[in-house]
Amino acid sequence: MTMSKTGILKSSLSKKYVMAFTGLFLCIFLVGHLIGNVQLFSTGPEGQAAFNSYAEFMTSNPLIKLMSYLTYASVLFHVVDGFVLTIKNRKARPVNYVVEKGNLNSSWASRNMALLGTILLVFIVTHMQHFWWTMHFGDIIMVDGVKDLHTVVMDFFNPTVNRLAAVMTGLYVFAMISMGFHLNHGFQSAFQSLGLNHPKYTPMIQFVGKAFSVIVPAGFASLPIYLFLIQS
Amino acid sequence: MNITLKVWRQKGPSSVGAMETHQMTEVSGDMSFLEMMDVLNDRLVREGKEPFAFDHDCREGICGTCSMFINGEAHGPGRNVTTCQLHMRSFKDGETIHVEPWRSAAFPIIKDLTVDRSSFDRIIQAGGYVSVNTSGATQDANSIPIPKHDADEAFDSATCIGCGACVATCKNSSAMLFVSAKVSQLSLLPQGKAESNERVLRMVDQMDLEGFGNCTNTGACEVECPKGISLTNIARMNREFLSSNLTSK
Repeated sequence: MTMSKTGILKSSLSKKYVMAFTGLFLCIFLVGHLIGNVQLFSTGPEGQAAFNSYAEFMTSNPLIKLMSYLTYASVLFHVVDGFVLTIKNRKARPVNYVVEKGNLNSSWASRNMALLGTILLVFIVTHMQHFWWTMHFGDIIMVDGVKDLHTVVMDFFNPTVNRLAAVMTGLYVFAMISMGFHLNHGFQSAFQSLGLNHPKYTPMIQFVGKAFSVIVPAGFASLPIYLFLIQS
Repeated sequence: MNITLKVWRQKGPSSVGAMETHQMTEVSGDMSFLEMMDVLNDRLVREGKEPFAFDHDCREGICGTCSMFINGEAHGPGRNVTTCQLHMRSFKDGETIHVEPWRSAAFPIIKDLTVDRSSFDRIIQAGGYVSVNTSGATQDANSIPIPKHDADEAFDSATCIGCGACVATCKNSSAMLFVSAKVSQLSLLPQGKAESNERVLRMVDQMDLEGFGNCTNTGACEVECPKGISLTNIARMNREFLSSNLTSK
């Protein structure tokens, strides 16, 4: 039997497998991250101690470390692969239609995954600068022998401490809405790319995907809104 | 009815094209879209002007030759119809209709509304066949038991007429719906299964070489396909390509 001439890694389909695998892994990451965030709804000293020790655990546990490296790799491959695919897809139609009505045959999110992904990339970079960088390399106060990330987050969305708190909350919510649309298409699309399409299971996958794309971003967005409102 | 037509005019493959406006009067709602184009061309010829080049053959929706992008949709408005099956009653009196060729790097324009779809032929040549000796001593196909469901599914995939509407409508100019239908119609049946691993690798390779874009699962192809070819074909090909690559020696 002959191996694919272009090789599996160079094939257009393989690029789709990479998008699907990394995308689904990042969905798992989102669930983990959200579970951590929910603890921030406890704003008092007890919540502070609990969240800070949780943050300490998340940055020191070797298994979590491995997962975090897999997450960085997934983001990197998802972004690079997505960029390569977008360029190739643009080249596949050198002259555009004068009139094109994509809205009659496909969802807006499915046609704008690259745009939504770019918004998310900008969000991830700034988000990591605000919290990840501060936690790892920033000037951070120690409370009870652990870094006080709880106060960093609280202050970030506190308009009396951070004069840009309102803008940051707004941008955070905007990024989460973008993520909702990205997931709305991406979740179910990943299964299709991997060939997992079945009359019995596909409607279930689509339902779970739609629910995931609403619940997870809403969960993330609710925290900065809550922190901003109780501190205003 | 009266119609304002804006039709793509392009002298040759390397020329720059543009939309050209023509007024159509007394258009009957019972005319097919191609018959309306015939009336326009007839008038242009009588006026000593160049008629529009467009592809057409059977005019009954089974040959896959007609190929116009009408008002932003492959084969125009309406579902499960080719341009030749599209009637002028689908449009309103006084409407402006934009007519463009399929646009894809893999479907270069020959002239006006005609494009070169031989890339599809080369994909078929790469593996879209069953290697059987047709000397006359071939086995009767009915002697191989095939479950009704499999036969129906293979037939549904085989109804693809290779018109290229999927490529034309896909925002990435992806040929996945066409190629996957051709992979499926053979791999679903025992006669085609024997070569299915090698077939999917060869056909996907050729598809990539032709310069089609990548599938992003928007589902536009399935909606615009005149034969209603399902996205399940694409999933099947994704599956077959992965397993064939992993198991190939």
